[in-house]
Amino acid sequence: MKTTRIMIVAVGGQGNILAAKLLGEAALSCGIDVRMSEFHGMAQRGGVVESMVLLGDGAGYCIADGEADVLLGFEPVETLRAARKCSARTRVITNTAPILPFTVALGHAVYPDIPLALQSLASRVGGLTALDATTLARLVGSVQSLNVVMLGALASSGVLSAIGTGAFEKAIQGKMKAPLALQNLRAFQSGYAAYQNEVRGNSACAEQ
Amino acid sequence: MTHPLLTDTPDRKMLLLGNEAIARGALEAGVAFASAYPGTPSSEIALQFFSIAREQNDLYFEYSANEKVALEMAAGAAMCGLRAIVSMKHVGLNVASDALLTLAYTGVKGALVVAVADDPFMYSSQNEQDSRYYAKLSSLPMLEPSSVQEAKDMTRYAFNLSEGLGMPVILRTTTRINHASGVVSLGLLMLRSNSGVFHKDPFSYVCIPSVSRNLHPKLLKKSAKAANIANESRWNVIQGRGSFGIVCNGVSYGYVADAITESGYTDRFKVLRLGFSHPIPENLVVKFLKNCEKVLIVEEGEPYLEEAIRVVAHKNGFGAPVFGKDERLLSRLYEFDPAIVKNAISSVFDLPFTSSVPIATEDLPAAPPRPPNLCAGCPHRAAYLAVREVFGDSAIYPTDIGCYTLGLHAPLNMGDFLIAMGAGLGSAGGFARATGKKVVAFIGDSTFFHSGLSPLASSVYNRHDFLLVILDNGTTGMTGHQPHPGVDVSHLGLDKTQIDIESVVRGLGVKSVLTVNPLHFVKAAEAVKRISTEPGVSVLIMKAPCPLYDKTLPGHKPGRPYTIRRDRCKNHRTCVNKTGCPAFHIEGDRVEIDPHRCTGCALCAQICPEKAIMPMSGKGSEP
Repeated sequence: MKTTRIMIVAVGGQGNILAAKLLGEAALSCGIDVRMSEFHGMAQRGGVVESMVLLGDGAGYCIADGEADVLLGFEPVETLRAARKCSARTRVITNTAPILPFTVALGHAVYPDIPLALQSLASRVGGLTALDATTLARLVGSVQSLNVVMLGALASSGVLSAIGTGAFEKAIQGKMKAPLALQNLRAFQSGYAAYQNEVRGNSACAEQ
Repeated sequence: MTHPLLTDTPDRKMLLLGNEAIARGALEAGVAFASAYPGTPSSEIALQFFSIAREQNDLYFEYSANEKVALEMAAGAAMCGLRAIVSMKHVGLNVASDALLTLAYTGVKGALVVAVADDPFMYSSQNEQDSRYYAKLSSLPMLEPSSVQEAKDMTRYAFNLSEGLGMPVILRTTTRINHASGVVSLGLLMLRSNSGVFHKDPFSYVCIPSVSRNLHPKLLKKSAKAANIANESRWNVIQGRGSFGIVCNGVSYGYVADAITESGYTDRFKVLRLGFSHPIPENLVVKFLKNCEKVLIVEEGEPYLEEAIRVVAHKNGFGAPVFGKDERLLSRLYEFDPAIVKNAISSVFDLPFTSSVPIATEDLPAAPPRPPNLCAGCPHRAAYLAVREVFGDSAIYPTDIGCYTLGLHAPLNMGDFLIAMGAGLGSAGGFARATGKKVVAFIGDSTFFHSGLSPLASSVYNRHDFLLVILDNGTTGMTGHQPHPGVDVSHLGLDKTQIDIESVVRGLGVKSVLTVNPLHFVKAAEAVKRISTEPGVSVLIMKAPCPLYDKTLPGHKPGRPYTIRRDRCKNHRTCVNKTGCPAFHIEGDRVEIDPHRCTGCALCAQICPEKAIMPMSGKGSEP
């Protein structure tokens, strides 16, 4: 399989590493080679967490600027921060619910206008889908499932056609105990459906 | 439940973290003794042994007080014929190096693998030193994996190599191997032998000058033998037959291989991948250099391979130009990535590459910085505020390594000097003598046992004058809550002796010692004031548990979150501006507390001038 590069960015505590692991396990179960690297220096302390997931051919564990096929952002400002990983053909999928850095809470920095910022980013990349994954996660039972909602959206995007939804669901069941797995299966489906709705909604707008 | 790394199904494919792969490799080699001091990016190696040793009692594992002790502990076991591994981060090897450099002289009877994890770009380290020079300095063999699969396979091999040569072997990785994950095909698990025999041989093992004079030539002989093995090693391979030569190691190999594939000029290149990179396999390098028109060395960090290759080329009369570290080509700084390596290859060999072009980002709205911050409820925040309350900016604050280093950031602004474990305390007397100013040094509990005892003894003996604040949160916080000698681990069923920090401090001759809970803010600030009037070295132990660790302990009761009473709050914002606690945020014009993040530490409630911050009454409702 030709290399597919997925950059996942989040704030410490959002479950970025687990999402990458689930994606990796799903790919492995489909016989696809997986190389990932994670950076979470001081993640539990509210910092930025990055995962790079490379599927298919190749030997490297790293995604250079402009190389990402998909940028999956669990927090909108983190999506913006990682924008340099995008090229004009990158698919961006981002959560819209902010987590304010304490630099903003202290008034030392400004949290940008997210709809405006995402609009600006969307015009430069191969497509941008924004969804309030935090609310979707809350609706299925817990904000903690935000990572799996985002994974559902990624699976829904069609970029990973070689990995069926069944493989993701199996990976979720393999990594979590029953009640938690159930909640996350719902989160996965919710993200999957939300992506479809967004895309349909956007194309409907475009047609008008 | 059996630990996943004990899966006894050869050829089974698993997705493993680099550090898990290293641990698996050691298990496949029959490791019986493991020791470590935690440090990013090496910590998960030790974590595997920590959990496996609780399931399988023929594997011994310990968190030692520091890397030097960990190495010496493993060396003792290896001297008796056991297979041992010690793991640490790169700067940990500085601490352990005193033992390592002479252990190279005595050698070992069993096997000893020294796993050292470098951190290019300093994701979570104080420097980005290149530990490969320790192999050169010690004359010990070194292995450097390029993939997660190799991390496992090389670790297993390292044990055999060590036992075969009778010398410790360095397994050197970088963050992008340790914290990378990949598909690993499992091998056979070997039975471990955990009972050793020590054969006395003082004139080979007791390194007095006359003995060492005999041992050094023996070490050089062993090293020559290692060079012969390296020349034939399957870890050192030449790929391709082109005249464009590239020499590389570690993760750089992946970037080089991918770049060559993408270039479409595969037949023009010849790659020498050095996985067994010390001693340098000279014969193999000579073979490689023949017919090379140009040579590019791709290695992160210092020009370790470049220097070696240049020497071999010079000795053997090769005139092909060698390219390597050069500001415009490949830097000595930070990490490489695929684009950096592609550009270097493109520039040296004059080949076009169609790299991915990043979108313009300069004119996108700026992302506000998100530096790591002390957690909500962290007692270090309270400790810093109490000291700041008394001394403000007038004192000098040498600090140390751990979560509490984050006190550096605004609004706490606590931390004036930081270089190494224990060095805050070690340097305090120097600052005090040189300036005559008040000096308050900080050290964490784990760091205190790691490197605080000697500088404290030295400071007492030399009658220095400063205040040492020991931030005792009952765990090694930053690296993931590993135990240390000051921690009670009876709830884990571990049989250890807990050492009381205050007794240690008194035992080292400190006369004025106080222990306070920093979350009792007024009392803590009073304690700072009171103890600071004492001459000489005084010690204030600020003791309160790490809230993240505390959550994992049996019998933990979550604290009741606090909330701001609108009728009392006058929006001074003392709470946010002084503490920088991440549970606060501004909504509209008002400060709010996120009840999901607030641990109920009550620090803000104690400093609010209007006493407007109160515990939430009942479940989730406003008072």
